[in-house]
Amino acid sequence: MAEIQIRNVAKQFGSYTALRDINLTIADQEFMVLLGASGCGKTTLLRIIAGLETATTGEVWIGGRRVDHLPPRDRGIAMVFQNYAVFPHLTVFENIGFGLRMRRMAETELRQRVERVAELMHIEQLLKRYSGELSGGQRQRVAVARALAMEPDVILMDEPLSNLDALLRLEMRTELKGVLAESRTTAIYVTHDQVEAMSLADRISVMHQGRIVQAASPIEVYRNPATEFVGGFIGNPPMNFLPARPLGEGRWQVAGLVVDGPRLDKPLHFAIRPEDLRPAENGLQARVRVVEPLGAHVLVTCDVDGAMLRAVLDSDISLNPGDRLTLAPQPDRIRWFDPETTRAVH
Amino acid sequence: MNARLLPYILILPVTLFLCLFFLYPFVLVAAQAFTTGDGFSLENFREVVGYWKFPISLKNTLLLAAAVVPVQLALALLMATMVNRMRRGRDLVLYIWTIPLGISDLAAGMIWLAIFEQSGFLNTILGAVGAIDRPVNFLSYQHMGVVFLAIALAEIWRATAIMLVILVAGIGLIPKEYYEAAEVFGAGPWQRFRRITLPLLRPSLQTALVLRVILAFEVFAVVAALGGTLFPVLMSETYAYQFDLLDSGAAAAMALIILAISIASTLVILRVLRVPKGASI
Repeated sequence: MAEIQIRNVAKQFGSYTALRDINLTIADQEFMVLLGASGCGKTTLLRIIAGLETATTGEVWIGGRRVDHLPPRDRGIAMVFQNYAVFPHLTVFENIGFGLRMRRMAETELRQRVERVAELMHIEQLLKRYSGELSGGQRQRVAVARALAMEPDVILMDEPLSNLDALLRLEMRTELKGVLAESRTTAIYVTHDQVEAMSLADRISVMHQGRIVQAASPIEVYRNPATEFVGGFIGNPPMNFLPARPLGEGRWQVAGLVVDGPRLDKPLHFAIRPEDLRPAENGLQARVRVVEPLGAHVLVTCDVDGAMLRAVLDSDISLNPGDRLTLAPQPDRIRWFDPETTRAVH
Repeated sequence: MNARLLPYILILPVTLFLCLFFLYPFVLVAAQAFTTGDGFSLENFREVVGYWKFPISLKNTLLLAAAVVPVQLALALLMATMVNRMRRGRDLVLYIWTIPLGISDLAAGMIWLAIFEQSGFLNTILGAVGAIDRPVNFLSYQHMGVVFLAIALAEIWRATAIMLVILVAGIGLIPKEYYEAAEVFGAGPWQRFRRITLPLLRPSLQTALVLRVILAFEVFAVVAALGGTLFPVLMSETYAYQFDLLDSGAAAAMALIILAISIASTLVILRVLRVPKGASI
């Protein structure tokens, strides 16, 4: 059992605040992704859990044990680094067995363990090579194998796929998900790539300016972003936001359209995902500015009452810049945000 | 300018200079070593090797190198590791530690002579605390151990910094991520030093050791200042052949012997510390 609890963790680098008041519980065997733009503090949080960085305040608990005062090796963790950190002076075999050697594991057991994880990561034919003789993808596999060989309670991964090319990244992503599910370890995975986060995570913690702004399942984060930032950060193209004026009785004026919404009496932001807009008789009056074919879909950027609106439409529609278009939002997908706090309003 | 020719043109002056002032004299010395009045001969080598002082000076030179170089290596590694961990004042400390490099080896010998000679600081201190009644002549044949120790100390003091600067640069090249990975996978400070720093430092260790060992075989001025004729080494014998005995053939032979020892030790160092293909940083 390796539930992870992060309690009131904050981190200060001099006068710069990297993390503020982080509280997060990660369930045993959960795959948690820390997602955010660079500088949001996600790597710092991971390094604090690993023990490579000390929190200024707060506690880290792993498996019911407080670990923030322990060195990394006593925390029951293994880690996959962004640049792999595969030791160049050791063979693949010795790299995978490094942690086991540090634990003074008996030679025969070590050999079996290394060979088993090497097979799992499909690198059994590379065991005698040095890292200088490996491709980026192979090094990545060695780094993962080295972590798995420890049979840790928790695997920490710091942007492990960011140095791979697109095709390889896709392949490794699928493989990682399978391997980690099978290993039944708790995993924390740092990335800035929202697609990676969506596809891997049981739960995503979206981080922004040193805070966790939302921690929820990928679909929840996507459908019901807690703040405008999350809506804009997750999803490509991002969520659309339009100013909305209250008409009373839960009726709202959005550009030329009147829609139902929360019973509040102050201006809000109306939000809708680009794929939740459809051409219709009755809707938002838009003027097409840019048309970008994406294969199955077409991305249309339009102008609605002076604001920008993006829509992802079926590619059988024929549009040109300057055309007029009426777009209807799918009513159950409309979200509302308070422009003062940027938080979601229900 | 032709881009393919340019590099060669640029290295031409230094190449010519080295050929004229290094390679040419070297060929002359080699020729001198292998000839006597009547053509090619090994007579010079037979003479210098057969001389009773040769085994002593060879033994002294090797003994001195064996005593000094490992201590310097250990010290330089320790100092380099410490410097590398410093966040502030790192350059200042490095400058201070490398001051002895700026002093000529004869001057270094004389500084230590001022400590160990009969009217030197050591005698003054020992006299002041009442450990001795009258000044002792430490650097005499009755105290060969002290002579050896004084020379070794002076050499260590003088030339550790040359290894230090090479190792500091080398340690700086090792990416931090390796240490973090080692730490996460269970290596303590000593294990990280032994399993990460040392093996990844092999290229720098090679350079530092080759340089230092060659210098150790050429030790001369420090020995001359502190040991005089009490402690013959290969270089002082070479000097004696050339300037006291005016036998430049024998001096040339000695020089070639020192060169042969240097090359042999270099090859051993390169072999022992070689980095397998594909295993460099």
